[in-house]
Amino acid sequence: MARYLLRCTALVYLLLLLVLPVGLIGWRTFEHGLRPFVDSLTTPEALHAFRVTIVVALWAVAANTVFGVGAAILLVRHRFPGKRLLGALIDLPLAVSPVVVGLALILLYGRFAPLGGFLERLGVQVIFATPGMVLATVFVSLPLVVRAVAPVLEEMGDEQEQAARTLGASSWQTFRRITIPGIRAALGYGVVLCLARALGEYGAVAVVSGRLVGQTQTLTLFVEERFQNFSEGDAFAAATALALVAVVTLLLTKLLSPKGGT
Amino acid sequence: MRRRSITAVLAIALPALAACGAGSADSGGRAQLSLVAYSTPQAAYEQLIKAFQATPAGRNITFTKSFGASGDQSRAVEAGLKADILAFSLEPDMTRLVKAGLVAEDWKAGPTNGMVTDSVVVIATRKGNPKNLRTWDDLTRPGVEVITPNPFTSGGARWNVMAAYGAASNKGADRAAGVAYLKTLFGNVAVQDDSARKSLQTFTSGKGDAILAYENEAIFAQQHQQQLDYTVPDATILIENPVAIARKSAHPTEAKAFLDFLYSAKGQQIFADNGYRPTVGSQPSFPTPGRLFTIADLGGWTTVNKDFFDPNTGIVAGIERSFGVSVDKK
Amino acid sequence: MAVTETPTRERAPEPQAPPAGRPARARHRAGTGLGLGTAMVYLSLVVLIPLALVVWRSMERGPAAFWQAVRTPDAWAALQLTVLASLAVAVINLVMGTVIAWVLVRDRFPGKRLVDALIDLPFALPTIVAGLVLLALYGPSSPLGVDLAYSRAGVVVALLFVTLPFVVRTVQPVLLELDRDMEQAAWSLGAGPWYTFRRIILPNLLPAMVSGTALAFTRSIAEFGSTVLISGNLPFKTQVAAVHIFGQIESDHQLGAAAVSTVLLVVALLVLVTLDLVQRWGARRG
Repeated sequence: MARYLLRCTALVYLLLLLVLPVGLIGWRTFEHGLRPFVDSLTTPEALHAFRVTIVVALWAVAANTVFGVGAAILLVRHRFPGKRLLGALIDLPLAVSPVVVGLALILLYGRFAPLGGFLERLGVQVIFATPGMVLATVFVSLPLVVRAVAPVLEEMGDEQEQAARTLGASSWQTFRRITIPGIRAALGYGVVLCLARALGEYGAVAVVSGRLVGQTQTLTLFVEERFQNFSEGDAFAAATALALVAVVTLLLTKLLSPKGGT
Repeated sequence: MRRRSITAVLAIALPALAACGAGSADSGGRAQLSLVAYSTPQAAYEQLIKAFQATPAGRNITFTKSFGASGDQSRAVEAGLKADILAFSLEPDMTRLVKAGLVAEDWKAGPTNGMVTDSVVVIATRKGNPKNLRTWDDLTRPGVEVITPNPFTSGGARWNVMAAYGAASNKGADRAAGVAYLKTLFGNVAVQDDSARKSLQTFTSGKGDAILAYENEAIFAQQHQQQLDYTVPDATILIENPVAIARKSAHPTEAKAFLDFLYSAKGQQIFADNGYRPTVGSQPSFPTPGRLFTIADLGGWTTVNKDFFDPNTGIVAGIERSFGVSVDKK
Repeated sequence: MAVTETPTRERAPEPQAPPAGRPARARHRAGTGLGLGTAMVYLSLVVLIPLALVVWRSMERGPAAFWQAVRTPDAWAALQLTVLASLAVAVINLVMGTVIAWVLVRDRFPGKRLVDALIDLPFALPTIVAGLVLLALYGPSSPLGVDLAYSRAGVVVALLFVTLPFVVRTVQPVLLELDRDMEQAAWSLGAGPWYTFRRIILPNLLPAMVSGTALAFTRSIAEFGSTVLISGNLPFKTQVAAVHIFGQIESDHQLGAAAVSTVLLVVALLVLVTLDLVQRWGARRG
């Protein structure tokens, strides 16, 4: 009896909170067939938004992957004072609100800010341009690769790496031939998480982008802007596209996930 | 060492990132113009850009556009948002940039005083106007919820406020009556969004009984199947929207060509189709209110901004504070 | 994040001499230094200095100006709403998250694996899409006839959506690992299911429940994208702190934005530090 009650409660809760809303968007998007969906997503603005999103996400993922692997190795294979602090600092972005991220970046890289003014004189605009959006995306997805790789690196142990070194392999060879293959699945998992986060970022890029339709408008910003302009169809189409991407990343993470889940 | 390779990657990535950002300004020989505008004319400008690109002058020109609350956009340009063409809801947002050296002082020299479109403040209601709200006095009836944006972020809101004030004070003659009216009106204001477009969104989502809006916003909403009606009050203000070229534009010739297009017959027609009253030529389809007045009748924006919208001493600031709404600057 | 130290072992040299150069230990230390330096530069430029500037900017005019900015009526209302809504959401998640984790681990029904996979969807879905999705179902054009737009209930629903996976995913692994022997023993001695749950299972789950709830809370107070559409951002009624900060940034009220941001950062940090301390204390107790 209690079992049915619990099951019912859980399923109804999930139905009302998760399944119905997501299902409804899919329904509303494809209500009139595939054509309107495709039309909405092939307007110049939508294509531009796709392009901007992908470019920004790829840069962010590349940067965070390099950092992530490096930081994981640093934290697991090296000894230094303040290691725990470094770990906490790397986790810091998870606790920061996206709009605060945007504000923080403006305060350092805005035109009237110390570093921003300097870069502007060199001809590099950060805020209201792509670099700012990449920075914002890097910020919010920073810990993801580290957190995925570090536990596996630890579990792996460094015996093989040690063995390779004593056999004369250089650090780079060891890294490429032993470390990377060992963490491959976890790295893939981390990269997919990072990519999903990067593709879906909204708040931080909303603050630093300047809302330039056709230049700094990502797909998430596109969703909001279309909705604000009473073009619900376009907004829903883009939202569904993003939801589909989310589902794909979910499946990928399930495949790549180290045993035990998140 | 892997550290070296990481550093190497970063050394390549950072300049490439910079190039990515800066390089998109000129895509392969074509000029790219950046339009920074207030929130409401987005649809109009998108059509104008397409039409302009079909003309010989506009053939090889691409555009990026940014739309948002007039005040916010103006401040963003001041803070570094790159722009070639600037279109705001009201003159002070342009004047701010003149003072910052970003717009030439002679932007007003043309026959229309730099104003590219006109409109009027109207009272929009639910379809069928169930509460029968047609006049300024109707809006101050108890229990009526009025939507208007925050005058400290939105240009549109300042037009709304001055329209209300001008109507109640007989074009500024009776200040006490005007101020008293504003106090009562703000008591009925339920929500103050950042921009005119956002407040329209709020209204069409079901909040409020009436919204003070530009005539062109009401027309836009109707064109998009939103269920609303609107009334042009007998006494209302003429909204004049400025447009100008940025002084530091990288493509001044192309920007001027676009500006000329905005004032051309075709451009003004596109504005009219989107609900804006043209400043060049006339459009008979727009009703003329009996007691239309302009901001000049109320003393001009400089005086009005000082008296009404100064964050510390302005009349409206005081009214807002009494309702707990933040008006503080930095 | 647990961190262990891997001692660098020095092996006895092979008959064939290793490649010339500095001894391994020194090279390793240089690597540590360089790596740490690079990591710190990256972190500083992206995370640390910008955040420090937020706090600095908020204090720039002194503590009085800071408090004045935080205590303006709409900022204060936004903070209050954010904290209260997040507490409510945390409590609801505590209960429902545990229930859902229980059902996913202990129950069997068709489609269970699909449901299990769906739980992570809020993690992967962009927040603005979540907002749009909820607005479609619980907004003015709701097919269910439920209109939560422009209400605090709408804010709570949005926050519940984005924090759904937290408690579930922290409790689930613990439930999976749970040793059933004690439960069996209790049952065989005549204990009822509720008693068994309360005295035997719950104490084991509690750390995970608390951890997930704390994470859900910190996520809630920071939430922006999903609340933007459904809440309507009515100041004093449905405007959460993040949305308030956004408005302040757009109006170039940097001090106001920085002040409220600092409050959010401090609250989040307090919760996480407390969680860490509680976990360490719990681990020590065994």
